[in-house]
Amino acid sequence: MHETDMTKALILTVRQWWEEQPSRPQIDTIHLTVGQFTCVEPASLQFAFAAQTQKGFLEGVKLAIHETPLVAFCHACQEEYKPKIGLHYSCPSCQSPMEDIRSGRELKIDRIEYTQSCVEI
Amino acid sequence: MHQTVEAALEINLLHANQAGANHNRAHFDQWGITCLNIMSSPGAGKTVLLERTLAALNPDLKMAVIEGDMTTELDAERLRQYGVPVIAINTGRSCHLDSKMVSGGLHSLAADYNPAEFDLVFVENVGNLVCPAEFEVGEHGKVALISVTEGEDKPLKYPIMFQEADCLLISKIDLAPYLDIDLNRLESNVRQINPQVTIIRLSAKTGAGLETWLTWLRNQVK
Repeated sequence: MHETDMTKALILTVRQWWEEQPSRPQIDTIHLTVGQFTCVEPASLQFAFAAQTQKGFLEGVKLAIHETPLVAFCHACQEEYKPKIGLHYSCPSCQSPMEDIRSGRELKIDRIEYTQSCVEI
Repeated sequence: MHQTVEAALEINLLHANQAGANHNRAHFDQWGITCLNIMSSPGAGKTVLLERTLAALNPDLKMAVIEGDMTTELDAERLRQYGVPVIAINTGRSCHLDSKMVSGGLHSLAADYNPAEFDLVFVENVGNLVCPAEFEVGEHGKVALISVTEGEDKPLKYPIMFQEADCLLISKIDLAPYLDIDLNRLESNVRQINPQVTIIRLSAKTGAGLETWLTWLRNQVK
C-alpha cells in the first residue's frame, strides 16, 4: 500500500514545518488536495495517517482531503472536458489525445490549521 | 487565550521523495551517467530485457543496475552473470522503489567503483503498474513495459504509468498470434494519454525489435 509511504512523506514534511515554528503550535487539521488522476486513494491515506499518528506530535490531528476531478483542455476545440478515468481520455469531440491536464494530478499539502496562544491585553 | 490560524504550505505531498530524487539526479549528472527507470507489472519481462540489453551493449557502454525486488535477489543474480555491477535493494513490503532506496544503491556503487566511469544505470523497479510512477528516483527517463498477454486495456486502467513513460516497450510480441489482442488498439489506447511516447514492439526471446530498443537507448546516453 503506497499510501503508507505517502503518509510517511507527509509526516516528514509537516514535522519540518512544525519544528521551524518558534511556538511548536498544536496542529488541528492538515488540508490536502488530492487529484483523482493520481495513484492515491483518499480512504487509504486516511487509514495510514490515523495509524501512523497514534503517538507523537500529530496525535489526534485531522486530515482533510479535498479531491479534484480530472479536467483536460483540448487545444483543437479550445474547450475543457472531463476524461472518463479507466475508459477514455481523448477529447470526446475531436478525439485529440489528452495532452493538457488542468486538474486531477494534484498531490499537495495545502495548508495547516493550528491553535496559537495570544497574549491578552 | 487561543485562536485558530492557518498556514499555507502549498508543498507537494511527496516533497521529501522529490528532494531525494533531485539529489540523486545531481549525482548522476555530476558523474555523467544517464539513469533510466524501468517499470512494468510483474512478469512483463523487465529482467530478460535487461539481460539481452547488457549482453548486447557490454562492454561498449559501461553499465550498472540497481535492482529493486520486494524480497529476493533472484533477478539480481541473473543479471550479475553479464559482468556488470548489480546492486540489489529489497523493499520489504513496499511496492515501489523510492529516491532514498536508490540513493542507498548509489552509495554502494560509489563505494566499490568509480562512478564517473559509468555511462548508464538502469533502475529495475518493483513489478507494479500503480505506484512506481508517482515516486521519482532521480531518473532521466522512464521506460514502461507492457506484455501482449496483459491485454490492450491496461493503459486505460493504469494511465499514470503510461502517461509518465518516455518509451513504451510492447513485450513478448512472439506470443501475439496466439492471443486475442489488437496491438494497434493497444498503441492507440496509450496515445490517448501520451501522444509523444516512443513505442517499440519487441520480443526478447526472438530478438525482434531489440535493435530498435538498443538504438533508442544509445541515443539517451549523454
